[in-house]
Amino acid sequence: MSLIQRRSLIAASLFLGLSGHALAQAPAAAPPAATAPAGTRFITVASTTSTQDSGLFGHILPIFKDKTGIEVRVISQGTGQALDTARRGDADVVFVHAKAQELKFVEEGFSTERRPVMYNDFVLIGPKSDPAGVAGTTDIVAALKKIQEKGAPFVSRGDKSGTHAAELNLWKAAGIDIAAQKGPWYREIGQGMGAALNTSGAMGAYVLSDRATWISFKNRGDLVISVEGDKRLFNQYGVMSVSLAKHPHVKFNDGKLFADWLTSPEGQKAIADYKIDGQQLFFPNAGQAGA
Amino acid sequence: MEVGAVFQAAFALVVGLDPDFLGIVGLSLRVTLTAVAVAALVGLPLGAALALARFPGRSAIIVCLNALMGLPPVVAGLAVFLMLSRSGPLGPLGLLFTPTAMIIAQVILVLPIVIALTRQVIEDLWGEYRDHLRSVGLEGMRAIPTLLFDGRFSLATALLAGFGRASAEVGAVLIVGGNIAGYTRTMTTAITLETSKGDLPLALGLGIVLLSLTLAINAVAFGASRIGARYAG
Repeated sequence: MSLIQRRSLIAASLFLGLSGHALAQAPAAAPPAATAPAGTRFITVASTTSTQDSGLFGHILPIFKDKTGIEVRVISQGTGQALDTARRGDADVVFVHAKAQELKFVEEGFSTERRPVMYNDFVLIGPKSDPAGVAGTTDIVAALKKIQEKGAPFVSRGDKSGTHAAELNLWKAAGIDIAAQKGPWYREIGQGMGAALNTSGAMGAYVLSDRATWISFKNRGDLVISVEGDKRLFNQYGVMSVSLAKHPHVKFNDGKLFADWLTSPEGQKAIADYKIDGQQLFFPNAGQAGA
Repeated sequence: MEVGAVFQAAFALVVGLDPDFLGIVGLSLRVTLTAVAVAALVGLPLGAALALARFPGRSAIIVCLNALMGLPPVVAGLAVFLMLSRSGPLGPLGLLFTPTAMIIAQVILVLPIVIALTRQVIEDLWGEYRDHLRSVGLEGMRAIPTLLFDGRFSLATALLAGFGRASAEVGAVLIVGGNIAGYTRTMTTAITLETSKGDLPLALGLGIVLLSLTLAINAVAFGASRIGARYAG
């Protein structure tokens, strides 16, 4: 072994030792999972950027872990990508918000059951200057028509996420074939909700956001809520545990335990209890038929 | 956004010694340093061997290795992702979304740098000391240990270049690690996350901490090589 190699190994072990030491001295909170022993009981959940960026998981997962000892590892992606991750067998549970895509997932046999968990709503965010003149209105379809007519800048997620799917449905409801009628004012960025809000703020553009991400978003700048309160802005979240039939290696029992807990009175209460500045972000509705 | 808020955020992170934050720093160092150590163990001997060996196709390999120094991290990440996914050839190992997957991706990024730079350093040294080494009976592959030792200071810089690439990249570790809180979240993926949450002061504060760590590691390496130079001549 050359001196260099020896030296780099010494340096490596030194740093590892140091970080290990610092961790050992840290307050006796739950030990960081990175140093947890192999064999930790865990499940992998593919979920959306809104549940992660809004801080919901930070609130409810410790409660679930205290109760069951199961660590939940969350991969946060757009709904379409999260479903694909589960289709490949890389997640045990999906927790997303695009009902049509979820039902397709069940139909394809990747899960036996989709269960409603909670809802919130979408809001149309826009610049204070309101170039399309839609601020304060409650008809989302009329607002989108105006934005398109005036060619006011609009940021689309463009990432097959649940919010992207909802946005495309709203354009359809407005009678606008967005694929054919989009101009330079329509900007598809192919990124998550937070990135879309950052971009809209910088460009003075309108953007469709879920309310939870908006409430927890910290870089609002000149952005305000332009349109809210339309029934068509409803945003339902559902949970599915991945079926053993397609992927025999998935942790079906622990995954189902998590889905059961989310829809149980205790899980529903944990969701309702999550608030930022006194505002509730998600509204549990596991028992609601047809949700 | 105020500059003051950025430094305040960075300062609060360091002083607060929040266990989550320390976990993120520890994981970043563990992944990056392990990747560099593996790349060094494999790349230094390979690079030296490539410098001394003569075989058909050698030039093509050298050109490829030099080009691979520019391999986009997100491509390396995607390739490792497809290999390690449950639907991929190495799926049964269950390595996707683990620190091990991140180390594998980073080794792929760092290895070409170590091999290519080692090859250049050793080839130059060989040109300079060929006659001398031959006169003491060190010819061909037997000269490798001596050459690696004589080139150790230049090679340390090669390893630091590899470390810099690994510690700075986000594309590969994000794809294969999944940015799972408390498990595969590193400094760079945390910066990405905080940016998307709109907490720009915290994101930049994390960036300052990362830069300071890189600076500290380079200072340690520089100091060590100075001390080494004094004693080893």
